[in-house]
Amino acid sequence: MDFVRSHILVCGGTGCTASKSPLLIEEFGKQLKAAGLEREVMVIQTGCFGLCELGPVVVVYPEGAFYSRITPADVETIVSEHILKGRIVARLLYHETVSHDSVNSLNDTNFYKKQLRIALRNCGVINPENIDEYIAMDGYQALAKALTEQTPDEVIQIMIDSGLRGRGGAGFPTGRKWQYAKSYKGDQKYVLCNADEGDPGAFMDRSILEGDPHSVIEAMIIAGYAIGASQGYIYVRAEYPIAVQRLEKAIGQAREYGLLGQNIFGTGFGFDLSIRLGAGAFVCGEETALIASIEGCRGEPRPRPPFPAERGLFGRPTMNNNVETYANIPWILINGTEAFAAIGTENSKGTKVFALGGKIVNTGLVEVPMGTTLREVIEEIGGGCPGGKKFKAAQTGGPSGGCIPAEHIDKPIDYESLSAIGSMMGSGGLIVMDEDNCMVDMARYFLDFTVDESCGKCTPCRIGTRRLHQMLDKFTEGRATLEDIDMMEELCAHISKNSLCALGQTASNPVLSTLRYFRDEYEAHVRDRKCPARVCKSLLQYLIIDKCRGCTACKRVCPTDAISGEVKKLHVIDQEKCVKCGACMETCKFAAIIKE
Amino acid sequence: MKSLEELRAIREKAREQMTLRKEDGPQSTRVIVGMATCGIAAGARPVLAAAVEQVSRRKLENVSVTQTGCIGVCRLEPIVEVLAPGEEKVTYVKMTPEMMEKVIAEHIVNNRVVKEYTIGAEEPGPAAN
Repeated sequence: MDFVRSHILVCGGTGCTASKSPLLIEEFGKQLKAAGLEREVMVIQTGCFGLCELGPVVVVYPEGAFYSRITPADVETIVSEHILKGRIVARLLYHETVSHDSVNSLNDTNFYKKQLRIALRNCGVINPENIDEYIAMDGYQALAKALTEQTPDEVIQIMIDSGLRGRGGAGFPTGRKWQYAKSYKGDQKYVLCNADEGDPGAFMDRSILEGDPHSVIEAMIIAGYAIGASQGYIYVRAEYPIAVQRLEKAIGQAREYGLLGQNIFGTGFGFDLSIRLGAGAFVCGEETALIASIEGCRGEPRPRPPFPAERGLFGRPTMNNNVETYANIPWILINGTEAFAAIGTENSKGTKVFALGGKIVNTGLVEVPMGTTLREVIEEIGGGCPGGKKFKAAQTGGPSGGCIPAEHIDKPIDYESLSAIGSMMGSGGLIVMDEDNCMVDMARYFLDFTVDESCGKCTPCRIGTRRLHQMLDKFTEGRATLEDIDMMEELCAHISKNSLCALGQTASNPVLSTLRYFRDEYEAHVRDRKCPARVCKSLLQYLIIDKCRGCTACKRVCPTDAISGEVKKLHVIDQEKCVKCGACMETCKFAAIIKE
Repeated sequence: MKSLEELRAIREKAREQMTLRKEDGPQSTRVIVGMATCGIAAGARPVLAAAVEQVSRRKLENVSVTQTGCIGVCRLEPIVEVLAPGEEKVTYVKMTPEMMEKVIAEHIVNNRVVKEYTIGAEEPGPAAN
């Protein structure tokens, strides 16, 4: 492989793996071998490119041709046309990179143009299973610099000056956290990485671990040096098998190179890392529950103080940061605090990664400077709602966050501006909703999640969320009264105020924020017994109008035999039997079935 | 890892292997080898290999070696085009790996077009370039 002339990068993130990218790698291997090209072309599996909607993604260098939605059958074409004859296969390229027969840079497409990749800098660029490629991108240089040129206090000062804040949701200043952790003495201290990413629709941390595991490892060693810890744990969910496997590999490679272990760079400083697998309980993202889980106890939170910085894992001083926070740190140490602080808004520096999901064209992963507006993220980068539907609201922060209605779409995204409008930054899940989404149903969906995930230790959360869920059921089933709205607000306040940990304290946010911006929808469910978005099944019925030609297609597809009618005559739906599955509406070719 | 030098050495080595993945800047020179059936039959593959080898041996930055399809004058294959920023395209014909080495050394590195290999030298007269 001395004189490789072309690199074929195949995305190996979870999204693309699910759409069979490993098969592509195999097929490329086969085809290249058949063409006798295996020595001059290298096939590399990378992390997530971000454009998951178009997966599996394949990029061929040096041309930088960005192929999207590639099937194993396309591989032969790419090899015989592009690799062998040098003719880029235009029909397989991502359409935005093609204009008048010329291939444009991926960085000029709408999806990437406004992005600024710091935490994701290496995702989709390097092979995450090869430590050399990370080193080629200046990997472990920050560690080398910190260990050989800077004192722990200097490293902490850099963190403070950069203005970096925790990316896990709460936004606590990272430098100050490190300072606290350093100030407590102990025979043993610990550095933890919270990779227990649990809110529905969020996959930022997973993608970083899959695409660039060494950036997290490097930052944890630096953190260990700064606060005086010699052991670290990465707490990651077992549902992330690819991330876990790449982390294991990366830790092994770092040990082999002596970047983990004793006497790193001959400085006498030693640090080692282990992985702890979580069973996927949402509450374990809360740091005291996470610590309990690592200790082998039940994953339940405990009251703070004492904060983990004083008494954490195994009773020792412990510092815990989120994956994305760590991924920023080597970049800051190499490029300097000024470069980092120049990005973003006054109190929120740097960038934020968002996982775009829901009703959006470009489902995927984006990283933008703080202060970018929601409109830029959703309409320009995300491509708007599919089918030309109208944007209604976006949910940030998952079940702990709130919704941002269309009226606030031009708000710059940072920690303060989002909490000012009743939402939160959260870990970065961004679920887009269009006119077809019912906000009551959305709130109920998130409550459903919290009820399931409540650990049960404290009553306000265990019983309060369940009661709240039952009240929302009343709305979606048309049994609610207007007094229920007030009672719900009161209950929300009690749950927020009295719960032990952030799970309960924030559980009512989806209800409160939808009540704040979409109270009329709640009222419509009560007063008119109607669901304006036509989602809540109990409040709508399917009807056949006189466009019906009597083709009998709906009758045949109905699972409960609720439709009757003779050939070529108007059909009727028996509302008693109808289960509102919508199968008839999908089948009807004449748009003769409506729901209202 | 016992020293910074060790880390630096790994970085330099790995970097070389990754230069391919850089997006072409406006300042980059492109060496394009005709690799259609005619080109390959005439021996374009070793020419391409020689180009890639030379570029990586000499650690040339901002030079990419790519390929293209049939240019149309199949009888002059293997054909290599050099596109340097701000300069006119130069077309070399009937190339061999040895000639390729010389083109890289003279044209790319020293910025002197190897006139005797160009299409103009091969086909003088009105048909030239």
